[in-house]
Amino acid sequence: MNRDEPSGPILRAAGLVKTHRPEGGAPVHAVRGVDLRIERGEFVAVTGPSGAGKSTLLHLLGGLDRPDSGSLWIDGRQVDSFSEARWAVLRRNHIGIVFQFFNLVSNLSVADNVELPALLAGRSPRQARTDRAELLEELGLAGKENCTPGELSGGEQQRVALARALVNSPSLLLADEPAGSLDSKGTREVLRLLARFHQRGQTILLVTHDARMASAADRVISFFDGQVVDDAHLGGGRSRPEAGVADVLKLKG
Amino acid sequence: MRLPLLALLVSGPAHGYELKQALENLLGSAYPQPNVGQIYVTLGRLEKTGLIAGEDVEQSDRPNKRIYRITEAGRETVDAWFEESTGEPRVRDEFFMKLALAPHTGTANQITLINKQRRHYLNTMRDLSKLAAGEDRDNRVAHLLIEGAMLHLQADLDWLERCQEELE
Ligand SMILES: Nc1ncnc2c1ncn2[C@@H]1O[C@H](COP(=O)(O)OP(=O)(O)OP(=O)(O)O)[C@@H](O)[C@H]1O
Ligand SMILES: [Mg+2]
Repeated sequence: MNRDEPSGPILRAAGLVKTHRPEGGAPVHAVRGVDLRIERGEFVAVTGPSGAGKSTLLHLLGGLDRPDSGSLWIDGRQVDSFSEARWAVLRRNHIGIVFQFFNLVSNLSVADNVELPALLAGRSPRQARTDRAELLEELGLAGKENCTPGELSGGEQQRVALARALVNSPSLLLADEPAGSLDSKGTREVLRLLARFHQRGQTILLVTHDARMASAADRVISFFDGQVVDDAHLGGGRSRPEAGVADVLKLKG
Repeated sequence: MRLPLLALLVSGPAHGYELKQALENLLGSAYPQPNVGQIYVTLGRLEKTGLIAGEDVEQSDRPNKRIYRITEAGRETVDAWFEESTGEPRVRDEFFMKLALAPHTGTANQITLINKQRRHYLNTMRDLSKLAAGEDRDNRVAHLLIEGAMLHLQADLDWLERCQEELE
């Protein structure tokens, strides 16, 4: 956020609870008391089985869904009482979201899909165009500007979704399975892009089933049944980093 | 390491250090490198059992080196190795043994065990990614070795998740 001295965590959540109450169905306790703190520049992965509540959590953090109880601070501001409209502004300017199922606007071109959030955030059409061109180039999508999402492969659509989420240089990127439907080459590609943005200081919260993607993060949160069951910092503090590798690579004979 | 060394000797005689290098070149840095000492010990054993034969070659400026060639019996051993199918399903898993026995000893909580193991796997995955990034792009064998290890790890992690779902 455009404050003079950003300090403290970019995101903090305390006691978040969300129960889905489908009409005529039994209530689903999707998020059951989550405390979370994400520092600026961190790359955090959330993993866990299908139905654990990962997407619900991400939607709470992006204000797309409201918690039944609990508090949420983004960049030091308490946002859980924000109105729909204030959330929309907050998202436009500070939070980029990649949805599990892309959510591209199907009758808009790739270029328009990416420029739209920039325009909504008040960027001039010219600036939006420049930013869009730069991002598409970087994500290997130059030449696809005039396609509609339906004319792209799954991997390309996924990258457009990433471009759209990043176009306003958000302080926080929330990405829900951004390589969900991709093969291992496509996954590597998305991972490379995320890692590159992370290196430039992008704060990322990534929801993924893919352990390779998760292990690229600095920190992996295991989510089970609506709760955080483990929160592990990777990389640091291991006495023999290669020991595990030797275990998996043992040859017979 | 016995059988890989033997297999390398099928294509022609070599001395210990050459074999070490051949193994490194083939498999890349991900494969835990045997040290020269281990290679010589293994070669000594192979020679004693008649699977290879060694011969000292004089060198003018350095100590003699011993060149090994594969014997008929060695050749048969390699063929038999390739003939036999490899890798039983993972039903003997030390981690799983701990997990199953934890309630009996009362010393470790099952979920704690799973979390610890997951951290270990994730860190290993991270190490593998780093190795892959540092590996020569053209060494396809080395990359395949790493990719295989990663896919196994992914399966191990999926399985941990299943264990956690059942035991939670
Ligand atoms: N809008 C909704 N209405 C009712 N139930 C919902 C709704 N959204 C999610 N759920 C339920 O909440 C639980 C958690 O769903 P969620 O989508 O958060 O899981 P997830 O961890 O993201 O799973 P996946 O890995 O399959 O994407 C599930 O049981 C799901 O059926
Ligand atoms: Mg989901």
